[in-house]
Amino acid sequence: MREEVLRVDGLKVWYSVGGSYVKAVDGVSFTVYRGEVFGIAGESGCGKSTLVSSLVLLKPPMRHMGGRALFHGKDLFSMSGEELRKIRYKGISIIPQFALDALSPTKRIRDIILDLAAVHEPNLTKREVLERAEERLRLVSLSPKVLDMYPVELSGGMRQRAVLVVSTLFNPELLIADEVTSALDVTTQRVVLELLLEFLKAGIIGSIVAVTHDIASLYQIADRMMIMYAGKVVEIGPAEELVKRPRHPYTQALISSIPSLGVTYKEKRLSGLKGSPPNLRDPPPGCRFAPRCPYAFERCGEEPPAVELGGGHVFYCWLGVR
Amino acid sequence: MALLRLEDVTKVFRTGLFGGQEIRAVEDVTMEVKEGEIVSLVGESGSGKTTIARMILRFYRPTKGRIYYKGRDVWRLRGDEVKWYYSEVQGIFQDPYSSFNPIHRVERILYKTLHHFHPSLGGRGVEERIREAIERVGLHPGDVLGKYPHQLSGGQLQRLSIARALLVEPSLIIADEPVSMLDASTRIDVLNIFADLRDKEGLSVLMIGHDILLANYVSDRVVVLYKGNIVEEGPAKPVFVNPLHPYTGMLLESIPRLDKKWEKRLEEKAEEEEYTAYRLKGCRFAPRCPAARKICFEAKPPTLKLEERSVACWIYSDYGEKS
Repeated sequence: MREEVLRVDGLKVWYSVGGSYVKAVDGVSFTVYRGEVFGIAGESGCGKSTLVSSLVLLKPPMRHMGGRALFHGKDLFSMSGEELRKIRYKGISIIPQFALDALSPTKRIRDIILDLAAVHEPNLTKREVLERAEERLRLVSLSPKVLDMYPVELSGGMRQRAVLVVSTLFNPELLIADEVTSALDVTTQRVVLELLLEFLKAGIIGSIVAVTHDIASLYQIADRMMIMYAGKVVEIGPAEELVKRPRHPYTQALISSIPSLGVTYKEKRLSGLKGSPPNLRDPPPGCRFAPRCPYAFERCGEEPPAVELGGGHVFYCWLGVR
Repeated sequence: MALLRLEDVTKVFRTGLFGGQEIRAVEDVTMEVKEGEIVSLVGESGSGKTTIARMILRFYRPTKGRIYYKGRDVWRLRGDEVKWYYSEVQGIFQDPYSSFNPIHRVERILYKTLHHFHPSLGGRGVEERIREAIERVGLHPGDVLGKYPHQLSGGQLQRLSIARALLVEPSLIIADEPVSMLDASTRIDVLNIFADLRDKEGLSVLMIGHDILLANYVSDRVVVLYKGNIVEEGPAKPVFVNPLHPYTGMLLESIPRLDKKWEKRLEEKAEEEEYTAYRLKGCRFAPRCPAARKICFEAKPPTLKLEERSVACWIYSDYGEKS
């Protein structure tokens, strides 16, 4: 039996904006197991960032409107502030979006690390903390000199590696990586993603939830993947299965809009997705992709069923039961 | 004759407290865009690609070198010639959300551009031209007319910025990262617009971007830049299938693909300091290059020309014609 680390069940997180609600995450369920990389992909506005940031810090205008998120069996949404604070960094750690700017600009990396250690790992001596930090910096090919530098002195790629070291210093059971590579160049992107995997293999991180808009880079590291559209899950499955045999029309469109290596306009004109995602204040009933779906039919106005394909591959679509 | 030609274009920026540090952001760049072709200028952050776009669009004056459009020096145009230049060469930028005045509706935005370049046009003619431009980029006038920019999606706005450029009937579009802020599923259609216009109307496009996969999809030729230097250029397909420069090879290997997983770790030396490469006497890629030798750090690599392709790397110094 695989050990469950996080089980999210029917989670709804809405934004309260001017008297109405934006249904950013609207009934999302998935499980993350120990030792795996679970990838969440979707385009802007699909709710992926709202989903993971609500797990770490639910703050207004975000509102928890239903469902649970069990971390080792305890619901994150019913924990006290004190309990949550204890979990952070050691239980669940997050590399937020725009983490490159997340490090305090007025502190040296050394002080950022020592301040965090004083709160989250008070039993370690300064010396032990710094020794560990130096060892980790070496793992990501940064010199220990980085400890004496300010974040602005580091290039984008170096800073992202420093962020990785800081956010995993206390060996989190679950690391949430939200768009960690989207501001980086492709060559640096690959280096950072490969480092994430190395940290997982080395046992520094227990499991990873990687969130991105870039399905191709996610495929490189994810064991399982979940595709979101307009606040809902449309498909979950083993990464290989989902990319090679996507079943939801949205997943199919997303995958076919990425040119494979060597495909050119002159030889094979690709086509993107027409239209735009729905307004989440007032989403269409039933399947939210239906208004843009080339296969939509009457039934799509009703909530789509979960269609199980075996091996953990599930998609939510009426086409699966027709 | 080339439509656009850059000759030994160099741009030096000064940084530091008293401007004591020089960054040669673009160095001795020579390249062309011919009529009816899409050329992609590919490079990562710090490659100088946007600086080149801005020099062509007359936002930055080159420190050295010349830029010619239809044989005329772009930086020596005066008065009406400048207006003529912008009626021939239009820019499209990365962020469609900040490309439009937020307080004006779409039709007013488009009208202002049209009126600036064709002041004599009036009445029905104007409306027709605006509708036609909107249709040329694959939008329905009914979906966008009467709306404010914030009511439209990024994809719609970027199409509108192309529509606005087309109103002027340019021969050349300089598109700086036109799709990098768009969702993957809408990128390809924006590129298709450029390719359709090239094939049907002979439009030329200089597309600036970091995504070599998208560059290859739509371009006739590709120019690869690294920290201000052209490292390789040639027709898109051969550059893509058989990259000559180690940097181009590394770029291609790093592309995340859906048909193949990365195997072994990328062989790369970690960069130690962001700006040191600009100060190197030799090849600026040498500090990260797995194939670097002593000479690479000491002297600029020669540019080797082979038919339509060229590459600047010491690996090839023993072969062929040098320039």
